[in-house]
Amino acid sequence: MNRIKNLQDLFKRYRRPGDLVFAVSFFVLSLFLLVNLPAQTAWVERTSLFAQPAFWPAVAIGVMIVFSALHLLGAVVSERIPGRLAEVLYWARSLEFAIWFMAYVAIVPLLGYLPSTALFCASLAYRMGYRSLRWMGISVLFAVAVALLFKSFLQVKLPVGLLYEWLPVGIRSFVMTYF
Amino acid sequence: MDTLLSGLFLLARLDVCVALLIGSVGGVIIGAIPGVGPAVAIAILLPATFAMEPLVGLTMLLGIYGSSMFGGALPAILINTPGTAVNALTTYDGHPMTRNGQALRALGLAYGASFMGGIISIVALILLSPVLAKIAPMFGSREIFLAAMLGILLVVIAHRGQTFAAGMLAGLGIFLGTIGLEPVKYTQRFTFGQEWLTSGIDLIVVVLGLFAISQAFILLNDPESAPDARRIEGRMFKAMCEVFRFKRIASAGAGFGVLMGMIPGVGEFTAQFLSYTYAQKTSKTPEMFGKGSPEGLVASEAANNAVPAAAMIPLLALGIPGEALTAMMLSVFYVHNVIPGPGLFQNKLDFVYALYIAMILLNVIVVVFVLFSSNLLVRIIRIPTRFLGIMVLTLSFVGVYSLRNSATDCAISAGFGILGLILKRQNLPIVPIILGMVLGGIMEVKLRSAMARVTTPLDFVDRPISALIATAIVLLIVFHFWGVWKERRLKEPEFSHDHDVHDSQMR
Repeated sequence: MNRIKNLQDLFKRYRRPGDLVFAVSFFVLSLFLLVNLPAQTAWVERTSLFAQPAFWPAVAIGVMIVFSALHLLGAVVSERIPGRLAEVLYWARSLEFAIWFMAYVAIVPLLGYLPSTALFCASLAYRMGYRSLRWMGISVLFAVAVALLFKSFLQVKLPVGLLYEWLPVGIRSFVMTYF
Repeated sequence: MDTLLSGLFLLARLDVCVALLIGSVGGVIIGAIPGVGPAVAIAILLPATFAMEPLVGLTMLLGIYGSSMFGGALPAILINTPGTAVNALTTYDGHPMTRNGQALRALGLAYGASFMGGIISIVALILLSPVLAKIAPMFGSREIFLAAMLGILLVVIAHRGQTFAAGMLAGLGIFLGTIGLEPVKYTQRFTFGQEWLTSGIDLIVVVLGLFAISQAFILLNDPESAPDARRIEGRMFKAMCEVFRFKRIASAGAGFGVLMGMIPGVGEFTAQFLSYTYAQKTSKTPEMFGKGSPEGLVASEAANNAVPAAAMIPLLALGIPGEALTAMMLSVFYVHNVIPGPGLFQNKLDFVYALYIAMILLNVIVVVFVLFSSNLLVRIIRIPTRFLGIMVLTLSFVGVYSLRNSATDCAISAGFGILGLILKRQNLPIVPIILGMVLGGIMEVKLRSAMARVTTPLDFVDRPISALIATAIVLLIVFHFWGVWKERRLKEPEFSHDHDVHDSQMR
């Protein structure tokens, strides 16, 4: 009993809800990488250990395994913090915004940078509850400002929209360069 | 003196001055918005600076880095929410002063202390640079390997109460850096037969995901809030000048900032805590600390603003970034084929001086800007947080997509965004991942070249500097375990520290 108590004292640490889920996931990831180490790296003949392509990933995975095991041990021996499910659901909710982001990435090469950004900002603002005309206007204005700053002023390379092909020849190249 | 003048000459260009102005003013504004911070801003702007000349791009990024703490003090003092994580200690005394009706005095002291900290540290480093130019060539492969190792060790140990997490995340960072084609033998490592992994995972993609996209996800996920800050009335300049009453505390704070900034992996938090503790211990009114002590405010602000200049030392002299922001700047050097390291201090000291003079100028620009703009900044604080999330997500796209016009990079970045969100929610550190990625790569290359000239392990430490760093590594490990053992004996477990103060992932 005393030994268990000592172990708990030794590995207790600052924690938040969902800690165990993260600790288990990270440890499983480390084990997965360890199992795949021989197949995913090469061993080159007549090469010293330090120059082996497998050496450095092995060091990294070794560090991951040792520390994630200790981290997991800390999570296991500590008392349970309520709110684990709510926390994991919070993490899962962020997937919606990852999908929004990827949808934005997908439409830029089709519509072009300025229209896509305006559409993205306005629709995400609508989704987040900014539904008045004022907020819609602010969203579009922000999109125009970003497009002007990055594409026109800073000349950041961003894709040209397929939609721009339909524009009249006179203004097509101008729009392609600056928006 | 000639080198200093040629450094000044390098800066005397319109594009450099405009970049400095945009960076300095932009940094203050970004710093003043809680939830954005310099790491997010630098990550977003980084790809845009790739098209610029190194000095132009770097002065812009340095402007943001050096001035964000000025801006971060504003919400820390007015609404008890630090604009950047390093302003957390500012809330201790700054906000109580606001509650006591001394908002203008608190802001003036914070700006004045930041200015003094910044200037003192840069002057110290300009004087130190010739010495560094002499020492830097003594760093060969083994010294740089050991220094990088010391950096990783420090970043792990510095996260008290989260040491295991910092270690595993540093390991993850090192691992991420190895994915793709191995640089010498060209064999594939952990690509799982996927072509898109052959070129590896770009540091910027990871940085943007972990810092910017994750922050956007949090802002969009969290309940709406629109902070309410009141207007500031009175003369800011007069309030700023009061800092001269606390010049001993400000100078000591700057000293701590310079020392801690130079050590990779340590940074602002340690500098601030040392400075704050020193101020409290030497104060005639230590009981006022945490309740609105001007000395506490000056100590913390002077220390955190002295760090950026000092943090450039290991980056420029050894090519070793000490924290996430300097790691991002390292990529600007690499893109322009300017390799930071011993050669830079030896051969391009004027370039180094130019960066330091730029930092002096940015402090002057920022002081002039904050003198007249505090009430404008108060309005910026009031942007609703969810709308801020939309803005950060939109800007993150520019950062990721403009790198290689790759949708895959965006997907990877979104994935790291979710990981960053989880880490932030768990209050686990993000910086070890970034430093692991950068320092791991440096260590692999340097170890290989060092081992070619080493026959026994003792050869590794047979030169003065390598022996010194190796001793530091051993002592650090010994002192860490001794500290943990002492805490356990005193029944003061490691987890009892307030780790929310160490929100390093927000940087």
